[in-house]
Amino acid sequence: MKKVLLLLALLALVIPVAVAQDVETTEEPEMMEMDMWTCPEGFEGQTLSIFNWSTYIAEDTIPNFEAACGVTVNYDIFESNESMLARIRQGNPGYDIVVPSGGTVEQMIDEELLIPIDLEMIPNFDNLLPAMVGLAFDTENEYSIPYQWGTIGVGYSTEAFPDGITSWEQVWDYDGSVAWLDDRASMIGVALTLLGYDPNSTDPDEVNEARDYLIEKGSNVVTVAGDDGQVLLERGEVDVAVEYNGDIAQIIAECECEDFGYSLPLEGSNVWVDNLAIPVDAPNPELAMVFMDYILDAQVGADLSNFIAYASPNQASIESGLLDEAMLNDPAIYPPDDQLENLFTSVYLGAEGEELYNNAWDELLIFLGQ
Amino acid sequence: MTAKTNDHILINEHAMGRNRLIRQVGRVGLWFNPIFSYFFLWAPILILVLFSFNDSKSVSSFTGFTFKWYDNILNNVVGADPNFTTDLMLTSFRNSIFVGIIATTIATVLGTMIALSLVRGNFPGKKIMTGLLFFPVVIPEITQAISLAIFFNVIFNWIDTITGTRIFPGFHTIILAHVTFNISYVAVVVQARLADMNPRLEEAAGDLGANSWQTFWRITFPLILPGIIAGALLAFTLSLDDFVVTFFNSGVGTTTLPVFVYGLLKLTVTPEVNAISTIMMVLSTILIGISLALQGRNATRA
Repeated sequence: MKKVLLLLALLALVIPVAVAQDVETTEEPEMMEMDMWTCPEGFEGQTLSIFNWSTYIAEDTIPNFEAACGVTVNYDIFESNESMLARIRQGNPGYDIVVPSGGTVEQMIDEELLIPIDLEMIPNFDNLLPAMVGLAFDTENEYSIPYQWGTIGVGYSTEAFPDGITSWEQVWDYDGSVAWLDDRASMIGVALTLLGYDPNSTDPDEVNEARDYLIEKGSNVVTVAGDDGQVLLERGEVDVAVEYNGDIAQIIAECECEDFGYSLPLEGSNVWVDNLAIPVDAPNPELAMVFMDYILDAQVGADLSNFIAYASPNQASIESGLLDEAMLNDPAIYPPDDQLENLFTSVYLGAEGEELYNNAWDELLIFLGQ
Repeated sequence: MTAKTNDHILINEHAMGRNRLIRQVGRVGLWFNPIFSYFFLWAPILILVLFSFNDSKSVSSFTGFTFKWYDNILNNVVGADPNFTTDLMLTSFRNSIFVGIIATTIATVLGTMIALSLVRGNFPGKKIMTGLLFFPVVIPEITQAISLAIFFNVIFNWIDTITGTRIFPGFHTIILAHVTFNISYVAVVVQARLADMNPRLEEAAGDLGANSWQTFWRITFPLILPGIIAGALLAFTLSLDDFVVTFFNSGVGTTTLPVFVYGLLKLTVTPEVNAISTIMMVLSTILIGISLALQGRNATRA
C-alpha cells in the first residue's frame, strides 16, 4: 500500500504542473501599441487551429492574436511537408491553417486539399513584396499567401574559399570534399538552369541530360546529405555544403567566428517559400483569413521574422525599418538583388514528373556511390 | 586396486580443475554480458541526460555544466514570463499525462476483467482467446496505428452519414487507441499473477460461506492487486512513451510530448527538450521500478 501512496504522491507532483499552466495562459498580459493591427468585429470566443513547423513563430505572435481578437488558438507542430500532408489527406482533423512549402501547395491544390481564400478579407495582402506575389505554384494567390522564405545555396569554409563562391563551377571544380543536399528538385533544377533549360522542366531528355551533367560534376562529392550538411561543414568534414540558408546561418551564429560563409551562385539557385493556406473542411476559414491578414501586418510580420531569422515576404515590414538591420543586410538571409533575379521556385511536377525526377535522382545517387 | 582408485581421483581432479576454470570464465562472462548490453542500452540515454546539463545549445560539444534548462522549464511553470515554445512543450507534457492516466485506468479495468475470465472462466475457444491476447503485443506498431486511424475514419464517416454530425479525432481517439494496446499488457501481467494464486483460497472462502462477489473482493482482488498495479504502471509508461499510434490518431491541440519532440526534428532539438526528456525518463524508470518491485513481491509471496 505504501507503494501505491508513493505513486499517488508522484502523480500529485505532476498534476499541479498541468494546472499551473492553465492559470498562467489566461493571465496573458495584453500588449497594446498605438498603430496596432485591429481585429475585425465578431470573432470573440471563437477558436483557430494552426498546424505549423516547429519553432517557426515569434514568442508573442499567437498570444497577441488571441488578445486582439478575443479568440483561442490551438497550435500544433509538424516536422515535414509529408507528415502534414499525411494528416490532412487522412481527413482534416480540424485545422484552419497549415503551412505547406511551395511545391506542396500545388500538390494540395491538385489533390483538392485546400480551399480558396478571399483576398478581399486580407487587406494587408498589398504589403507583400511584388516578387512574392503570384509565385509559380499558385499564380493567382487563390489558395495561399507567402509566410517566410529562404534559399538553397552553398555554405563554405572561408579558409578554402577566401574570396567566397560566386559560381557553381567553383563547387564542381573544388579539389576537396563537397556535400550536396538530398533535394532532387533543387539539385536537378540547378543543373537544368546551367544547361539553359527551364529549372522545372519535365522533358525526359532534358532531365536525363541534367542527371548526366551532375554525375560528371559530382566526382568531389563525399556525401549527399539529408539535412545535416551544416554539421559536416562545422566539423570540417567537408569544405562546401549545398544547404538551406537557415541551417548555415545557424552555424555561423553559433561559432561567432569568420570560419563559414554562405552565398548564392550567380547562375541561379532554388528559393523556397512556405505559405499559409486553409485546408479543406477547416472549421473556421473566416478566422483563418483574419489570421493571414494579421501575419501580413507590417509590425507583426517584422516581429515574426526578427525572431525566427528567416526572410520576410513583407515589403511594408522591410520599408518601415521595423526589421532587424543586421538581418536585412545579411546576404545569407536577404540575397542581394543581382542574386535574387536568378532564383527559381520548385513546383509540383505532377505524378509523372515527380517519378521522372525521382528515377533520375536515384540513378545519380547510385553513380555517386551514395 | 589402489592404483586404479588413484587414477580415478587423478582424472577427477583434472576434470574438476577444468570445470573450475570454465566456471570462472563463465562467471566473468556472465558479469560482462549485462555490462556490455547495458552499455549499448544506456549510453545514448546517458548522453541525452548529460547534454541536458550542457551550457551551450550545441549538441556536439559539452561546454560547461548548468541547470538553466531545468530552470527555464520551472520558470514556465511558476514564473511570470512564459516562453511560447517551452509553453507548448509543457502543454504537450500535460497532454501526455492526461492521456496516460485515462487510458491506463480504462485499460487496467478491462485488462483485469479479461485476465480473470481467461484464467478462471471455462468456455469454448479459451485457448485461442488467450493466444489472441498477445496479438497487439506482437504486431508492428505502425500497422496498429494505421489500422486504428482507418477504423476511426470509417466509423466517423458512418456517424456522419447517419446523424449528420462530423466527429473529429482528438483526445478520445488517442485514448481509445492507447487502451487497445494497453489492455493486452495489463491482461498478461494480471494473468501471470492469477495463475500463481492458489485456487484453494477461493474454494476455502466459498466453503466458509462467502458468495462469489465477496470472495472476489475479499480474497482474489487483494491477492492480485500487486499484479494489477504492476500492469497499470506498465500501461502508463507505454502510453507516456508512445509516438506512432498517437501521431496517426491525434486531433487538434492534442500534441503529446513524444509527438512534440518529433516535430522539433526539422530544426535543432533545444536543450529544454533534453531536460524534459530526462525528467520523463526518470519518471518512467521510477514507475517501471515500482512495477517490477510489485511483481517481485508476487513471486516471493507465492
